[in-house]
Amino acid sequence: MPLFLRQIIALIRKDILTELRTRESITAMVVFAVMAIVMFNFALRPIVDNFRPLAPGILWVTLVFAGTLGLSRSMSTEQINQCMDGLLLAPADRSVIFIGKAATNVIFTLVVAAIVLPVMAILFDETLLNIGVIGVVGLGVVGYAGAGTLIATMAASTRAREVFLPILLFPLALPLLVAAVLATTGIIGNWPVGDYISWVGVEIAFIVIFWTAGTLLFEYLVEG
Amino acid sequence: MTALLKATNLGKLYGMRPVLKGVSLAVERGEFVAILGANGAGKTTLLRILATLARPSVGELTIGGIDALKHADRARTHIGLVSHQSLIYPDLTARENLAFYGRMYGIADFGFSISDSSTGQSAIQNPKSKIENALRRVNLWNRKDDFARTFSRGMIQRLTIARAILHDPPLLLLDEPFTGLDQSSAANLSALLRETALANRAVIMTTHELTRGLQGVTRALVIKAGRIENELTDGITPDALTALMA
Repeated sequence: MPLFLRQIIALIRKDILTELRTRESITAMVVFAVMAIVMFNFALRPIVDNFRPLAPGILWVTLVFAGTLGLSRSMSTEQINQCMDGLLLAPADRSVIFIGKAATNVIFTLVVAAIVLPVMAILFDETLLNIGVIGVVGLGVVGYAGAGTLIATMAASTRAREVFLPILLFPLALPLLVAAVLATTGIIGNWPVGDYISWVGVEIAFIVIFWTAGTLLFEYLVEG
Repeated sequence: MTALLKATNLGKLYGMRPVLKGVSLAVERGEFVAILGANGAGKTTLLRILATLARPSVGELTIGGIDALKHADRARTHIGLVSHQSLIYPDLTARENLAFYGRMYGIADFGFSISDSSTGQSAIQNPKSKIENALRRVNLWNRKDDFARTFSRGMIQRLTIARAILHDPPLLLLDEPFTGLDQSSAANLSALLRETALANRAVIMTTHELTRGLQGVTRALVIKAGRIENELTDGITPDALTALMA
């Protein structure tokens, strides 16, 4: 196996091991996501009969906010004892670190999505448990983690990182979120494929743009 | 003899403010170079550039004959860094920390299950042995499965040295390694560093302390306002250095 792949796997493995020990990221993300869904349920149930038109919006708002918690945490763990320097000292291209951290964020957010989707299907709309929706969620999570890791790296070196991250990330991720919501709406609303497939294309384009940008720009972000 | 590290006319600007000006330095194997200076003199900036953690605004840097500005990833295989920050993950054990860094250096990608006899590899090539050797060398083998967060400052600093020498780098960079250590831990660290430095390596250490860790130093450089102002190769004593820094 090429060294860069082994290095990426080592990074992912280290982050998962740390998470299994501390349970700080995924626990916070899951608790936040489930609480948000329950609150949406109590707030909207008295005034809404059919949740199907609302479900995609609720799903993505929940995933994005929960995902942001994980993003912030994923880079801040590397600030402890200046561990980021340890990564930067490794004989690896800087893009290896970006890909490893972004892949970890994808895994953590997918774990949250795997819990959120059944809960939402029970509370709001059973059609959310659909292979098409799962695919759209997968693409959305990959895109959001790519952009989020890039911005979280920028935010990590600032004092107001918790504020800086969402302020920069949310406007940047807006095209992805619009596309994900509309694609999800199309799938559970049984639209003709041609009516929502372009939104899936927007998700893919977002992934290509931000993972490429992250791979190319990460070096300049971490070296100031 | 070809210099292991050769820096030529290094300069660094933070915004419009120069923090390093025309620093040139050549260090050979077996040398133990101390870079002294007051806080803010540019010591850490220089060391971060030598460690390829920061890019100089101008100048050239070769490490082990490799252009460290063009091929930094290759040059990094020659570098070990010990700083006052440990670069150690507190929620991993001592062994897991070294295993992770070993994998990042491409020397320990298959855990701990392969024994010397089963692979036929020599001890030095076997990742398990490398980790074990490094931990034994810093006297932490008996604490290998303890979380780093349970270690004292002195033990953390020893683990940091084990991490830095895991890949057997010929160049060891030390950034204020005695910060926060008590007298006893500092003495232990000093002895360990001398032993490490003698193993056919070059060592460059920055410090603002003139009383600790200077035993074994073969050359002292004084840096002031980002420029190397003075150099001492004989009679390196605290008194001589104090006079040089004045």
